[in-house]
Amino acid sequence: MKPAAFDYFRPSSLEEALQQLAACGDGAKVIAGGQSLGPMLNMRLAVPTALVDLNDLTELAYIRDGGAVLSVGALTRHDQIAESRLVQARCPLLAQAAKTIGHYAIRQRGTIGGSLAHADPAAQFPLIAMTLGAEIEIASPRGSRRLPASAFFLSVMATALAADEIIHCVHFPTVNVNEGSSFQLFNRRHGDYAIVAVATTVALEGERVARVRLGLSGVSATPTVCDDMVRPFAGRTANAAWAAEVARAVGAAVSPEDDARMAAVYRKELTEKLVEQALVRALSRAKG
Amino acid sequence: MSNLEKRSITLTVNGHNHELVVEPRKLLADALREDCRLTGTHVGCEHGVCGACTVLVDGKPVRSCLTYAIQMEGHAVSTIESVAVDGALSPLQQALHEEHGLQCGFCTPGIVMTFEAFLKHTPEPSEEEIRDVLSGNLCRCTGYQNIVKAVQKAAEQMRRNPDYVAP
Repeated sequence: MKPAAFDYFRPSSLEEALQQLAACGDGAKVIAGGQSLGPMLNMRLAVPTALVDLNDLTELAYIRDGGAVLSVGALTRHDQIAESRLVQARCPLLAQAAKTIGHYAIRQRGTIGGSLAHADPAAQFPLIAMTLGAEIEIASPRGSRRLPASAFFLSVMATALAADEIIHCVHFPTVNVNEGSSFQLFNRRHGDYAIVAVATTVALEGERVARVRLGLSGVSATPTVCDDMVRPFAGRTANAAWAAEVARAVGAAVSPEDDARMAAVYRKELTEKLVEQALVRALSRAKG
Repeated sequence: MSNLEKRSITLTVNGHNHELVVEPRKLLADALREDCRLTGTHVGCEHGVCGACTVLVDGKPVRSCLTYAIQMEGHAVSTIESVAVDGALSPLQQALHEEHGLQCGFCTPGIVMTFEAFLKHTPEPSEEEIRDVLSGNLCRCTGYQNIVKAVQKAAEQMRRNPDYVAP
């Protein structure tokens, strides 16, 4: 349970980090909070030749309100996101989800950039990024590029990030008026990865549902966006019966696979239950 | 340009500087125990689950099995050895003692470090908040009930008398 030997670099700027990463070649890994990479190193599931440590790049730890988007620097810790008044007000779904990641000590250290780059299919931030249609800004020696979350996550722990690229910022759309959101997850032990998690935003026009965004994790290799599935339910009167009907349709439509951890049928049932809970909660928040 | 050799680092632990020669892969937990000879930090699972190795880095609780000693240069590490002053227990340690919040004591240093930080940040925690934080520290003896009680008692004690030092 000790990592294999690795070289170590501690750059003091993003530019230096990119140079270092490029110089190290394919075998190097970027480390930020290390709350996912650390266990993989200790168990030797990851055996990088070198670590490029981003923890001194404090210029990447920020939360900025840009009006229509909230920009979060890659080195921002989970706890900073969960506790931020700005995030709670401008992108409440993100704050709610951040509060549920791992445990207290893990949240002090883990970073949003690290979580996205790690791309665990059961993790909170990939789900929120997909549900809200966040954009991920990536730096490399070739410059900067911006990818929608839907083009970033490729499969289980696989992303569009090249070996010499570093995520430096994530842009989340901010909450609209008359919109409520909710994040719901189920796990057997508090703090574990979710078996199924649901993120949703519901916008109202008077008594009617104007727009629903719905994302699921735990039913496929990457978070699943169900906006097309729920679109036919827009325009209807917003109430508990509506939430139950949408939840039944979503639960019936998803097709998770049996795995060693959980039967597919259980994930389907969880999906229906959690979607209903999330929609009811989001509706009540939208109504203020 | 690869350099897997040992490096000289300065580790600041409980206000003292330790000059160490370590490989980059050396866990902070192992550096504390083996090089600094501070064995109060316990190593349980070595992958961030059990919480036994939790120490403070710049005042925040951190798994010392998921950080490498070399990363800690320039940061202030606090371990369980810094909590009692001249043998006088902190309010949290005293409350754990009084409420039977420990039995074998293996998990206790991690729990103390976690809640020393948490109670500073959250002086009036709800039971739900305490349980949420405690979920990050595994205890196989006491069943948690008494740990929750001890944290509540410590919080109350600290609110009533911020300068309290246990006898």
